[in-house]
Amino acid sequence: MTAEPKGDDGTRRDFIYIATGAFATVGAGIATWPFIDQMNPAADVLALASLEVDISGIQPGHALTVKWRGKPVFIRHRTPDEVQQARAVNVADLRDPVRDEDRVQQAEWLIVVGICTHLGCIPLGVKETDPKGDFDGYFCPCHGSHYDSSARVRKGPAPRNLEVPAYEFLTPTLVKIG
Amino acid sequence: MSGEPQHIDDVHHELKLRGVLGWIEYRLPVFNWINNAVGTNYPTPKNLNYFWNFGALAGIALVIQILTGIVLAAHYVPTVDGAFASVERIMRDVNYGWLFRYVHANGASLFFAIVYVHLFRNLYYGSYKYPRELLWWLGLIILLLMIITAFMGYVLPWGQMSYWGATVITNLFGAIPVIGDELVLWLWGGYSVGEALLRGFYSLHYLLAFVIAGLAILHIWALHQHRSNNPLGIDIKGPQDVLPFHPYYTTKDLFGLGIYLILFAALVFYMPNALGEPDNYIPADPLQTPAHIVPEWYLLPFYAILRAIPDKLGGVMALAAALLVLFVVPWLDTSKVRSARFRPIYKQLFWILVADVFLLGYIGGSPAEGIYIPIGQLATAYYFLHFLVLLPIVGKLESPKPLPDSIATAVLEENKRKRARKLPQVGAQPTSAGGHH
Ligand code: HEM
Ligand code: FES
Repeated sequence: MTAEPKGDDGTRRDFIYIATGAFATVGAGIATWPFIDQMNPAADVLALASLEVDISGIQPGHALTVKWRGKPVFIRHRTPDEVQQARAVNVADLRDPVRDEDRVQQAEWLIVVGICTHLGCIPLGVKETDPKGDFDGYFCPCHGSHYDSSARVRKGPAPRNLEVPAYEFLTPTLVKIG
Repeated sequence: MSGEPQHIDDVHHELKLRGVLGWIEYRLPVFNWINNAVGTNYPTPKNLNYFWNFGALAGIALVIQILTGIVLAAHYVPTVDGAFASVERIMRDVNYGWLFRYVHANGASLFFAIVYVHLFRNLYYGSYKYPRELLWWLGLIILLLMIITAFMGYVLPWGQMSYWGATVITNLFGAIPVIGDELVLWLWGGYSVGEALLRGFYSLHYLLAFVIAGLAILHIWALHQHRSNNPLGIDIKGPQDVLPFHPYYTTKDLFGLGIYLILFAALVFYMPNALGEPDNYIPADPLQTPAHIVPEWYLLPFYAILRAIPDKLGGVMALAAALLVLFVVPWLDTSKVRSARFRPIYKQLFWILVADVFLLGYIGGSPAEGIYIPIGQLATAYYFLHFLVLLPIVGKLESPKPLPDSIATAVLEENKRKRARKLPQVGAQPTSAGGHH
């Protein structure tokens, strides 16, 4: 390696610099990923079992809160009136337009995640004495979002309807959430 | 001072050390390093007023947080089931636990109060202008990290406000398009605010305080490069304009610290919960939202800006913009004159801005309904109007008052005027530390 021409030497050095730099950058980038991904839900959290709820005790016009994956789920036994009201709405006028028929499996049972789609407070309306908002559903006191009897947002800052979780009726009175 | 004007760096106060100290100094020149930083060899403008105490106070406040925090960490349990109880145990059973917790909680509040005064001092005296832009940025980054650190700290006791504050704030990130939902899931490490988030916050809360300490060192390094600004906003021209930091400003800072500690003690011993939210003494309940979710007082103006925009993403962007706009202030302010003392119109706008921020704070603490909504929106609009429109225009239109030739002449003249006005003059004036005669 004694008689290298000068220019050639420079190019080789440049190559080594760039290759080293590129390797270090890619390596550092790859090493970052575990640091980021460790914060995502762990396997045991993901594996959280589903929840079976006996709904035989909920009278028409009443509702129940159950806890699923750390979140409240509202199960409401709707009266024919409430169903009628939810279906009379002109869907096109809604902020998050979904037909009531597409939000329930059985007309009298409305099952939604009880977390306001604005900033995550728990809306009121499950308890007898709770305010139910201007549309006879749920009312979020944090920043004033009103949900109707299909738990669709009608007023206030919330962008979306209350989420419908995956569920199935195992028997007419036993529902499995998740 | 007599004779030729010297450059201030010609004034040297090297420490000549003997014995053990000399032995150490020869190997690690730590004593001269300190002397150059806060000692007799650090020349400081002679006209600094009490608003220049707040930087040193902020440093002390940080040290207090770290010391009390380390003790709390030794007794705190970062689990959903254990956190609330462990904080109650600190309050009731751990020797002096109540003291450490009250000092830590109220210390965080006062830390913000100090930093806000410090920040508005800079806005008033134009300290962010050339050549101190990076110094200003480092300060803003420290403020950002303080907000994050305090928010995470507030989650740790796992009371109702801890839990629901964490829920509302983490949900803000869900407003970001495309990645929002994934991001929230990532922050939670689960399907809701819970164990994973609590532990992560605990770890970061501990860490960030030290990151802040590191940034504070860079902040002071940048300060020493061009030295302190001063109430006149003009540059140091020579040794007649300065005083050695020690003993003049060490004494003044110590005096300020005394006052601060008296206030601190009054708060901790006589009204330790005055600034807190009673709801946080109720253990976190994921199935019950408190009637009003409010952050600690020092975040209320930001909270008001968040709520002023009736759209989730819009609110989040306004909140971010409220902080980010401060980063471009050195370029939005088109005036060549630093100090508001010589800027008659800007001076008034400054005080209107202060009033506006107080109003935002008030709105942030009120329920989001009725008249509070439009007032909050107006106050938010004015906040941005001040920085984005008024600041650039005023710099161009306003004709500043004439600037004094130098700090020294201004100080001498002011003293002459004071003596003429009311004889005899007793004691030093708070606005002219160097006015001893
Ligand atoms: C920038 C500095 C810091 C700020 C602004 C800050 C702020 C806070 C705040 C606001 C709280 C909630 C207080 C309450 O309501 O109970 C808190 C709690 C806590 N902090 Fe810090 N902190 C800082 C540094 C530290 C450090 C360095 C440590 C550990 C070494 C620490 C450990 C803790 C612990 C264990 C708690 C939970 C106990 C409690 O709630 O009192 N903090 N912090
Ligand atoms: S969280 Fe429900 S309205 Fe804001």
